[in-house]
Amino acid sequence: MLLVEAIILSVLAASTPLLLAATGELVTERAGVLNLGVEGMMIVGAACGFAGAWMSGSIIIGALCGIVAGMLMSVIFAFMTLGLAVNQVATGLALTILGIGLSGLIGARFVGERITTAPKLAIRGLTDIPLVGRILFGEDAFVYLSLALIVAVWWFLYRTRAGLVLRACGDNHVSAHALGYPVLRIRLLAVLFGGGCAGLAGAYLPLAYTPFFIPGMTAGRGWIALALVVFASWRPGRLVIGAYLFGAVTILQLHAQGAGVGIPSQFMSALPYLATVIVLVLLSRARTGGSTAPAALGTVFVPDR
Amino acid sequence: MQLVLEKRAERSRTIALVSPLIAIGLTLVTMSVLFAVLGKNPITALGVYFIAPLTDGYSLQEIAVKATPLVMIAIGLSLCYLANAWNIGAEGQFLIGAVAGSWIAVKTQGTEAGHWVLPAMLVAGAAAGALYALIPALCRVKFGASEILTSLMLVYVADLLLDYLVRGPWRDPAGFNFPTTAEFDPVATVPVLIEGGRLHLGSIIALVVVAAAFVLLDRTIKGFEIRVVGVAPRAARFGGFNANQLILLTFAVSGALAGLAGIIEVAGPIGHLQPGISPGYGFTAIIVAFLGRLNPVGILIAGLFLALTFIGGEQAQITMKIPLDVTKVFQGILLFYVLACDSLILYRFKLVSAAPQVQRAAR
Amino acid sequence: MMKRLLGAAAALVLAGSVAGVAHAADKLKVGFIYLGPIGDLGWTYQHELGRQALVKELGDKIETTYLENVPEGPDSERAIEQLVRAGNKLIFTTSFGYMDPTLKVAKKYPNVHFEHSTGYKRDKNMSTYSGRWYQGRYIQGQIAAKMSKVGVLGYIGSFPIPEVVSGINATMLGAQSVNPNIKVKIIWVNTWFDPGKEADAAKALLDQGADIIMQHTDSPAAMQVAAERGKLAFGQDSEMIKFGPKAQLTSILDTWGPYYIARVKAELDGTWKSEDTWGGLDSKMFEMAPYTNMPDDVKKMAEETQAAITSGKLHPFKCPVIGQDGKEVECKGGDHLADGQILGMNFYVKGVDDKLPGK
Repeated sequence: MLLVEAIILSVLAASTPLLLAATGELVTERAGVLNLGVEGMMIVGAACGFAGAWMSGSIIIGALCGIVAGMLMSVIFAFMTLGLAVNQVATGLALTILGIGLSGLIGARFVGERITTAPKLAIRGLTDIPLVGRILFGEDAFVYLSLALIVAVWWFLYRTRAGLVLRACGDNHVSAHALGYPVLRIRLLAVLFGGGCAGLAGAYLPLAYTPFFIPGMTAGRGWIALALVVFASWRPGRLVIGAYLFGAVTILQLHAQGAGVGIPSQFMSALPYLATVIVLVLLSRARTGGSTAPAALGTVFVPDR
Repeated sequence: MQLVLEKRAERSRTIALVSPLIAIGLTLVTMSVLFAVLGKNPITALGVYFIAPLTDGYSLQEIAVKATPLVMIAIGLSLCYLANAWNIGAEGQFLIGAVAGSWIAVKTQGTEAGHWVLPAMLVAGAAAGALYALIPALCRVKFGASEILTSLMLVYVADLLLDYLVRGPWRDPAGFNFPTTAEFDPVATVPVLIEGGRLHLGSIIALVVVAAAFVLLDRTIKGFEIRVVGVAPRAARFGGFNANQLILLTFAVSGALAGLAGIIEVAGPIGHLQPGISPGYGFTAIIVAFLGRLNPVGILIAGLFLALTFIGGEQAQITMKIPLDVTKVFQGILLFYVLACDSLILYRFKLVSAAPQVQRAAR
Repeated sequence: MMKRLLGAAAALVLAGSVAGVAHAADKLKVGFIYLGPIGDLGWTYQHELGRQALVKELGDKIETTYLENVPEGPDSERAIEQLVRAGNKLIFTTSFGYMDPTLKVAKKYPNVHFEHSTGYKRDKNMSTYSGRWYQGRYIQGQIAAKMSKVGVLGYIGSFPIPEVVSGINATMLGAQSVNPNIKVKIIWVNTWFDPGKEADAAKALLDQGADIIMQHTDSPAAMQVAAERGKLAFGQDSEMIKFGPKAQLTSILDTWGPYYIARVKAELDGTWKSEDTWGGLDSKMFEMAPYTNMPDDVKKMAEETQAAITSGKLHPFKCPVIGQDGKEVECKGGDHLADGQILGMNFYVKGVDDKLPGK
């Protein structure tokens, strides 16, 4: 296997949990809800995903457990922010604290166990194609699922009426409400989708990346997913680019070290965040009259009667 | 039939007073169930969490030490939030303040430098925090970039800068390569208030900050402007208030307070600069700000209360072998209940029946 | 009114502390501060195993308590003091970052004894203890050089602190004793624990042509990657063979039990003194996991080297040690480098084709 091919395969795998979690958060934010609890939902997804897979022996059941766990976490968030109109920033942070504690309690029983990771695909005739076969058809199914998901999200947001309504809720909930759309119900669905994606992203780590569960194994990936949504300026296409860029920087930095190229690793690690700020400024500047962020992002909505 | 929220005409005073009690009551019930499930006696456990730390001077001191950075940062954040400016990067401003102040401590180490060192460090910390906070504020005012997200991104940059400095240029030459600066000189250290204790001057500064914020918000025109811009931006514009200027101001103040908290923490309880100086103070302070309802006195109480759960959690681990994860769950649940009950100050529940149909007809 | 309340509170405190003393007289209370969650393997888990061995041996005379997940910041000082106030008379703080907090608390409570792991600051009532893991690394280097088909080792480092740097050097010296042309590729992940990143680093090293993975990080992620790719690896801190039954060659196992038992016994006898313990293979401060997945001759060589190091016949840093710049390192310890030189090691030996970060 060529080195380039190997690097690309590593990048694909490293980017997948980021892409999955960011996809969910993108939809949530597009509906006007800022859920900062991605890390908390991810780590609970990791614990429950591993628990499910270990008990059932099935990766698919594990993944479903992760999704459900993430969704349950997001239900708490939705109840608080949509049902009770509590501030989203505070609730999201509290959700992360809760998630870290819960995952520790749930996962304690499973620490030290191991499972067989999700198999790499092997499609006769396709995976064997030289150079591109392994990359396009040879990773685990989650990698391609995450790409399919973001394509579906793009199609949903820009090509369906429901997507249009969702974006309307995010841009101006008062108008959307005035037009008769159930703003809160739409946001609830968006938050649930975000929770499910975060749960699956968390579950990806023990199911496909490293076949065991250890408390704290998401190691801040939820926060990176949040950054990616901004970096992508809430566009699905740019999100894919952002996630793979981020994965690539991470992996290439390791390869550079292995090859003996010395750059302070903190500098390399800081680059993506600086880039995000710069991109955000440039994009905001390019459009006169304000930010590209959904206008109602993070604001509370209580229907007026 | 459907249960919906409805905005109250004015804040309910009774509920404002009762809501924390309801929240604490609900938490106690939930935690009792959780303790019972874990096979621990709920009453003893709750006693260890809430009562025991309040019964001796040592724990009270520790609560104050833990609450000091939380309160200081949260006061600054509350000004931002009141003005509708969303600084969530206080963690980064805290770290940058610590770095800037430590720079003076490191450069004067072992020299004849006199008692000007500590004041200079505090000023440098506050100034650096303010400047760092102005980056997202300027991005918002000049370019319209969302300050929520830029301020969050800059947290990581600050963290990595600190990491680089203590592993590289500022590493203690006598420290066997370990990632920390040398212990600060006495003139670069925040003095303790009680001999042998850990309570330090920073706690007094925090109290002064609380008082100053109270006066600012309650007695000055600037405070009035901040509130108006937050609650009624349109009215503020007609009133001739400059919202952008207020964003810059509140960000600078909150950055300064976070930076000050950072250098006080490093020059006080820690005594040197190292990675991991903050166990998430900047983020926890956001919760403190909301628990305290963005009110200076409320923040002081909330900060002390959250500190209490940290101390109580450790004592529960020692005396009852309750795992730390339970404390995290406990804090999470408590926060949810308090935030949820507070919602009832502004809103009330109402049963409606026909509303959805009317809506549909309106389309 | 206020005064009376305070008086009542003081009385309560007093009553509490008296009761505490009376209780402490029955059994010696021993406390532990852990960095991570206990889990099932890794640094903290090994200390927990040590504590369990202690309880098994002296359980009728002592009572142990631990605090887990204590961050190395300002909170650790409070956590240590909480243990003191709970009546613990001997306290083990098990991570480098607790050094200054432990020292501060030790100065405040001269009658309580403290033991700090992997640090270098001591006091009348504060000992330090650590393991000479570089000895194990030397053996691993020899095995790696024998088992590597391409002569390239992959090394995952956490932080470039002396413990890790001396591990890399010992590995290279051991490897060079078998194959003078051995090469090593080093990746610093800047974390003790991030399974995903450790796995990525292992993959990168294998992709760049290394065929043996060595790690100085805490999770079994690298072991599992090597196993998946059909390559070989060494564990760290704990037995990791479960994650690579066909991959693990051996692992350095931290065994704190004997030390903890010895120190607690000394405390019980009243013979506890502040000491600087840097235990090697001879003192059982660590052990080598069974030598697996290697031919008999390699296993024999490893066992012989282990015996030679244990008996003191072989020192991994025996002089002359040649630095990366080709110059001989000053030999301060007679026929080998002095302990101080190893404890503060801040250079690579000849043959490491890389630059030490921060140099």
